[in-house]
Amino acid sequence: MKPPPFDYSRPTSLPEALALLGPDSKVIAGGQSLLPMLNFRLLRPSLLVDIGRIQSLRGLHETPTHLEIGATTSHRTLETHPLVAARFPVLAEAMRHVAHLAIRNRGTIGGSLSHADPAAEHPMLALLLDAQIQAAGPSGKRQIPARKFFQGSLTTALLEDEMVVAVRLPWLRPGTGWGFEEFALRAGDFATACAAALLRAGPDGRITEARLALMGVDETALRVPEAEALLLGSSPSAFGEAARLAQAAVRPATDIRASSGFRRHLVGVLVGRALEAAWGRAREGQA
Amino acid sequence: MTTIRLTVNGEQHEAEAEPRMLLSDFLRGPLGLTGTHVGCEHGVCGACTILLDGASVRSCLCLAVQADGCTVETVEALGTPAALSPLQEAFRAHHALQCGFCTPGMLMTATDMLRNHPLTTEEEVREALSGNLCRCTGYQHIVDAVMAVARTRA
Repeated sequence: MKPPPFDYSRPTSLPEALALLGPDSKVIAGGQSLLPMLNFRLLRPSLLVDIGRIQSLRGLHETPTHLEIGATTSHRTLETHPLVAARFPVLAEAMRHVAHLAIRNRGTIGGSLSHADPAAEHPMLALLLDAQIQAAGPSGKRQIPARKFFQGSLTTALLEDEMVVAVRLPWLRPGTGWGFEEFALRAGDFATACAAALLRAGPDGRITEARLALMGVDETALRVPEAEALLLGSSPSAFGEAARLAQAAVRPATDIRASSGFRRHLVGVLVGRALEAAWGRAREGQA
Repeated sequence: MTTIRLTVNGEQHEAEAEPRMLLSDFLRGPLGLTGTHVGCEHGVCGACTILLDGASVRSCLCLAVQADGCTVETVEALGTPAALSPLQEAFRAHHALQCGFCTPGMLMTATDMLRNHPLTTEEEVREALSGNLCRCTGYQHIVDAVMAVARTRA
């Protein structure tokens, strides 16, 4: 349970870090996903590039169109930051479910997105919030929509000489209600299943915007476009059918935590609760 | 080998280590501070929890070289057998330890929580300690001890 040998570099600027990336190097920041993999020797990089002290990669910046979150911003910062609480309360709530305080103190949003665990909160939130993931490489920076970023379990669209430098969250429309429902065997454990929803209500009581995301129940976190299409223009009476569509959309695995069938059952229950919670907040926002 | 300098429990330390050396091993080996215990070495059990620049972290999920220049607090900073800290005294009074293996991690996690978080209900204390495994006590006595200290702050 000790990491294999590697060289270590701690650059102080992004260009310096990018020059070190390649097929045998790994980026480390908080290390909360990478170090367990190194300790288990599932990875044997020849070089670790520690970006944890590059100041420009940390922190939150507001723009007229979006909130930009630096890649090495910790889960704990997102959990407690007043701007996140005010503008993306679903993200603040989700952070409370990321492992335990000691992990949240060190783990980072860029690391979690790059690791792309199908049962981790950040990938699902990135999908739910239509995040643009900013990657930097030798030929410059590019924006990758969250929907194109997650390609499979622990697999992303990042090239081996690229790294995540920031995440952009487009501002939500005023009055957007949210719901976040996670089932885990213990507080802080990986999700057995989780659903998150965003809803907005029109003056006639119809749904004018609907987003639904799931995690822990397929190869990657996912959105459920069939359910979103059904909800748009409908009323809460469609929540049951939306939950059934979500159950049909996933391919949950059986593992030590739960059977595939139990996970599919949870999807139905959690989607229903997340939609109800989101609708309640959307109606409050409207009042 | 890399030279690592850090402040541990108020004292400056300097030692050589390979980049792959975990902070937990660095504290216990080169620095001789064996109060920090090593259990699972993949971030699950919480026995190796320390404070790094004031925040609780798993020392098995941090490389020693990453902590270069930082400030570390370990269980040795809390009290001595002759003069236990209030939290340690509460653990003794409430029988919150049996074999003692998880205790350093429990104490350091609770220290972060009590310093930085408004722990008031038993549920909050249980959630706060949920990342630390104990195989002896069934947790109730640990929760009681932390609650006792939380109440004295209120």
